[in-house]
Amino acid sequence: MTTTITPLATYRNDLPYPFCPGCGHSPILDALNAALVNRGTDPANVVIVSDIGCSGLSDQYFITSAFHGLHGRSITYATGIKLARPDLDVVVVMGDGGTGIGGAHLLNAARRNIGITVLVFNNFNFGMTGGQHSTTTPAGAFTSTTSTGNLERPLDICGTVAVNGAGYVWRGTSFDADLPDRIAEAMDADGFALLDIWELCTAYFVRSNKYTRRAFQTTLDELGWPAGIIQQRPDLPEYAAAYRAAAKPGRSSVSAAPIPVTQRSTLDRRYTLLVAGSAGGRVRSGVRLTAQAAIRSGLYAAQADDYPITVRSGHSLSTLVLSPAPLDFAGVGVPDALVILSEDGLAKSKALLPRLSPESLVMAFPDVAALETPARLMVLDPGVSSTRLARADHGLAACAAAVSILGLFPTAALVEAAAASGRLAEELGKVVAAGLEIGAAAR
Amino acid sequence: MPQAMDQRATPPPREYTDGSTAIVRAALEAGCNFFAGYPITPASPILTMMMREMPRVGGIAVQGEDEIASIGMCIGAVMAGARALTATSGPGISLYSENLGLAVMGEIPLVVVDVQRLGPATGGATTVGQGDVQFVRWGTSGGYPIIALAPSSVPECYHLTMKAFDLAERFRCPVFLLTDKELNMTMATVALDAYRPVDVRPRPRAEEPGRPYRYTPAEDVPPLRHYGAGETVRFTGSTHDERAFITKHPPTVDALNRHLAAKIEEHRDEIEMAAADLDPRAETLVVSYGVTAGAAREAVRRSRAGGAPLSSVVLQTLWPVPEATLRRAATGVRRVLVPELNLGQYRREVERVLPGMDVSGLNRVDGEMITPEQILEAVR
Ligand SMILES: Cc1ncc(C[n+]2csc(CCOP(=O)(O)OP(=O)(O)O)c2C)c(N)n1
Ligand code: SF4
Ligand SMILES: [Mg+2]
Repeated sequence: MTTTITPLATYRNDLPYPFCPGCGHSPILDALNAALVNRGTDPANVVIVSDIGCSGLSDQYFITSAFHGLHGRSITYATGIKLARPDLDVVVVMGDGGTGIGGAHLLNAARRNIGITVLVFNNFNFGMTGGQHSTTTPAGAFTSTTSTGNLERPLDICGTVAVNGAGYVWRGTSFDADLPDRIAEAMDADGFALLDIWELCTAYFVRSNKYTRRAFQTTLDELGWPAGIIQQRPDLPEYAAAYRAAAKPGRSSVSAAPIPVTQRSTLDRRYTLLVAGSAGGRVRSGVRLTAQAAIRSGLYAAQADDYPITVRSGHSLSTLVLSPAPLDFAGVGVPDALVILSEDGLAKSKALLPRLSPESLVMAFPDVAALETPARLMVLDPGVSSTRLARADHGLAACAAAVSILGLFPTAALVEAAAASGRLAEELGKVVAAGLEIGAAAR
Repeated sequence: MPQAMDQRATPPPREYTDGSTAIVRAALEAGCNFFAGYPITPASPILTMMMREMPRVGGIAVQGEDEIASIGMCIGAVMAGARALTATSGPGISLYSENLGLAVMGEIPLVVVDVQRLGPATGGATTVGQGDVQFVRWGTSGGYPIIALAPSSVPECYHLTMKAFDLAERFRCPVFLLTDKELNMTMATVALDAYRPVDVRPRPRAEEPGRPYRYTPAEDVPPLRHYGAGETVRFTGSTHDERAFITKHPPTVDALNRHLAAKIEEHRDEIEMAAADLDPRAETLVVSYGVTAGAAREAVRRSRAGGAPLSSVVLQTLWPVPEATLRRAATGVRRVLVPELNLGQYRREVERVLPGMDVSGLNRVDGEMITPEQILEAVR
């Protein structure tokens, strides 16, 4: 961060404010200017992020950097800026309108405690669009959209962000002499800082409600809300800093993991195998290892999985497509072979059974082997293996059995693929061996 | 079974992966250092991987409170010097809409992945579809040109992600990568030499301070300036002059709006990509894109193997429409078939580009993929 050597006398440019006479936006911006002068940060490193509304025009009257985006979203842009460049001073200027349409962002920025400073120019209505009521319009107040008096209760902005963990929260008015100091204090705070600054919209709210600066206290009293500093939590970690502190350099898990071709398959055409089981049977990972073994044998493999949204219950289906040539289309109509492991798997694949060709093969676990199909039927009995298999081993064991029965590629490739599975090598190796025993027995 | 294996001594190394992984890998290689997204099937794997990878490479990844926050954070981060990616599916694109306009207006380079799923609203979360083709084109107010690329394979997911980053930098605009559930989530075998990286251009340094925008000549793209680089930088989504101050001055507003269109329209040759596989004897041309192109390529192979010539154009750029390529490819054919997993959204464009041509569609919206057999049937 660069700091100017000579302190600037002002952060304003020479454009006059565009606001109505008596509008509270002008004194708040003067206070912001005083705070910026006081803090002395290089204007290039201060970003005023303005929302939409009369208050949203504010950034144009400063020599700082600026971001003027969409209505209600200023906090999201400010968050992105702060995350990417935590060294910048990021100040959001938003109206009370923005706290309604962008309420979710207000809550979540407070909760994350991202180190931005939010100035809410709270004039109890939408100035720019013609004095409609906002989330902060006091109950009973008249606006262009509440002709019989506002029926809604105003949002307690400060209470909301404070209870959700904001680092600094203050409520006051545009008339408060200490406003520049409070703005500077908020900017100095590490975490999420918010100032709810009550002010007068002379064009609408003042006219419709005979509202005066003295009425602020009455409204506060009616609501029973405090003013002044409402929360200071320097103990809470600021999000951008916490993110960096938690980040650790590490090896990428998305870089290519090449599979060597060590075996040779004699498969001369596209072949599809559907494995139908239940969640918890590790069908998907079993088929995945099988695919890797096929690739070791020089084949091209593709795999589409089907499972319900509730992944730990119900069916789990995986379709494996194998081909000696690259696969441009991995869709499957009726598979060449079908492995059925459970009732869930049977229920999901039942419709296919009558459509299978007489040359195709169905391999089913004993309790789901009572089937009607034109295909050949074989029973895979996990009981024949010398190792006792857990349910979680069924997917892979059945795949190994099917590969050995169908002769899709050398079973040595399965053994190698299991051995290349790092931590899991030993465990998967045993399951593959058991599957091969099941296959041998079924043949 | 007969011995008919690949007879080469050592085939190039291969991997078993999916489109989501290829997109994330490409983004990281493209220098992407900021990601924000909100979970949605089938785009969630990109979010999960980015959340895991970014802290390892010194970047930032955030799960936003919603899609609006996610794309908003990306836009803010780009203005603070980051290279950003976000990913969602159709419902999330709906929530991106207004901010996409902001990125167009404020001239923000940003790559947006739309992993399409079926149907309007929640639709089919785990079901393939290609229904967002016109949506991404016209998905924000004002109606300005947009760039959208559509990979048709895992290697193309990689290549076109990098290309999307490069085009975003080149034209200072959001670039869509339009994929789908099958492309992103189906595991596939990829020969490592099939990945084609792209040199993503660095962000040029700006010369004259204080002018973040420039409208003359209309098709020129001024360098992006970002915060924290020593100079004051202004950004705005309102109609603005070249110094980013709000204006209604008609000649300035006119120049701005024409610039936003011209910078893309006048450089179509840099953006439009398509793979034409033409047979001069063919009477039919198949125009396809995305996951459907895989079936089209397979159909072309089978048709030719059976002695029936067939031509194919696979579009990698959907927007702007590669019109010149389409016209060239259609020369000499009698009819054009456009298979898509929607009710004919891109067929409209093909019809517009090839007036008088017999253009028909092959359309599925049942959540299943179009098969090579269906295409062969349709061209018979
Ligand atoms: C998405 C969207 N909806 C509506 C508007 C119209 N609009 C412009 S300003 C505004 C409200 C401004 O009120 P406030 O935030 O209180 O600012 P003020 O004018 O009072 O300073 C609205 C609704 C908009 N710009 N964008
Ligand atoms: S309309 Fe209200 S908020 Fe807008 S400038 Fe006038 S007084 Fe201020
Ligand atoms: Mg207001």
